[in-house]
Amino acid sequence: MNPERPVTEHDLHAYADNQLDPARRAEVERYLEHHPEAAATVNDLRRLDQSLHTLYDPVLAEPIPPAIQFPPVRTRYLQRAAAVVAWVALGSVLGWNLNNWNSTGQTHMLESQLVRPAAFAHVIYSAEVLHPVEVKADQEQHLLQWLSKRLRTPISAPDLTQGGYHLVGGRLLPSTDRMAAQFMYEDGNGRRVTLYLRRGAWDNTLTAFRYSRNDNVGVFYWIDGELGYALSGDLDKPELLKLAMIIHPQISP
Amino acid sequence: MHHLEQLIVEQIPRLRRYARALIRGDHSRADDLVQDCLERAWSRWHLWRRGSDLRAWLFTIMHNLYVNDLRRYREGPSFVSLDNEHDNIAMDGTRTEETLVLDDLHAAIGALPPEQREVILLVSLEGLRYEEVAKVLAIPVGTVMSRLSRGRRQLRAQLSEPRGPRMRRVK
Repeated sequence: MNPERPVTEHDLHAYADNQLDPARRAEVERYLEHHPEAAATVNDLRRLDQSLHTLYDPVLAEPIPPAIQFPPVRTRYLQRAAAVVAWVALGSVLGWNLNNWNSTGQTHMLESQLVRPAAFAHVIYSAEVLHPVEVKADQEQHLLQWLSKRLRTPISAPDLTQGGYHLVGGRLLPSTDRMAAQFMYEDGNGRRVTLYLRRGAWDNTLTAFRYSRNDNVGVFYWIDGELGYALSGDLDKPELLKLAMIIHPQISP
Repeated sequence: MHHLEQLIVEQIPRLRRYARALIRGDHSRADDLVQDCLERAWSRWHLWRRGSDLRAWLFTIMHNLYVNDLRRYREGPSFVSLDNEHDNIAMDGTRTEETLVLDDLHAAIGALPPEQREVILLVSLEGLRYEEVAKVLAIPVGTVMSRLSRGRRQLRAQLSEPRGPRMRRVK
């Protein structure tokens, strides 16, 4: 009889994935009987696979969105038009699905509708020298009236003086499916933070502060009523949190 | 040809599932990738060898589109919502208890390097054999194995962290 080859980590993966030939499979099986740690690894790997299926298999049951055409539509114009229609339809379908899913869906929705657009807008406009804002702070009343009208809800610009930041101004932005507003603040050293807000069909019980970070930009975000807020800055987390804590009570006293 | 059309249409749900897992967060970008893949398959269907695995062929096209244009399909800044970057600080004393396990897995998958993510999804989700994965990604089987074990090790490490209550203080 051949002495058995040692069982490697790769063997454990191949065993869990049912990709070993029968002879090797039997060898690994024997090995697992006497090596509980390896058996636990195999168990973990299988659980991981199951979780992946739980997470992504629901996509299989979704109706194919109109954005996906096969055979493909030839005319580019038609394709674009179809894409726009599809986008709207898809938005409503997904919106519905996510609303009826659970908080996992909520988190993804918040990430794509609030956090990412806020971080993008921060990166783009906080670096802007000539036109960081559309309307400057010296016309604050006008700015707030305008944004309130466009966002269809009363908007106010929180005061960050306590944290060493003053309002530079604000702008109106298109978001994924609604309008959004961005207020920009600057400290004595020219460092800028931005507060991004928009309405959304979110679960307004998710009122906890949440934090997300990409490279240098940190974002604290939360939901209050129908409005979602995202505070972005190239600051470290405690500093940014301090500012978020100054903003929050001003918005929901 | 009509038959081939039907065969491809049958694969659309799986292509969507794969794209959705590959591209985090942004469903419309994931569907863009599927549509681009279908268009390319449509324009090159004569290159498909009848009798060979159609699904593997479609995954190959999708992989090439994805790596050639990672920027286009990837959602701008890639957010890493790892456990320790994902604190919830409940306000007004209310705790929001959430089942974030799947959420965490989704984030952990997204945090993997794309080449490890692809291997894991093709093996775990699509059930491709290692040799098929190697062909789809045009890499040696040994590389498939090492990416697979590295990627899974990272996922396991992230998911097995003790969870505890989600109330965490920001230090």
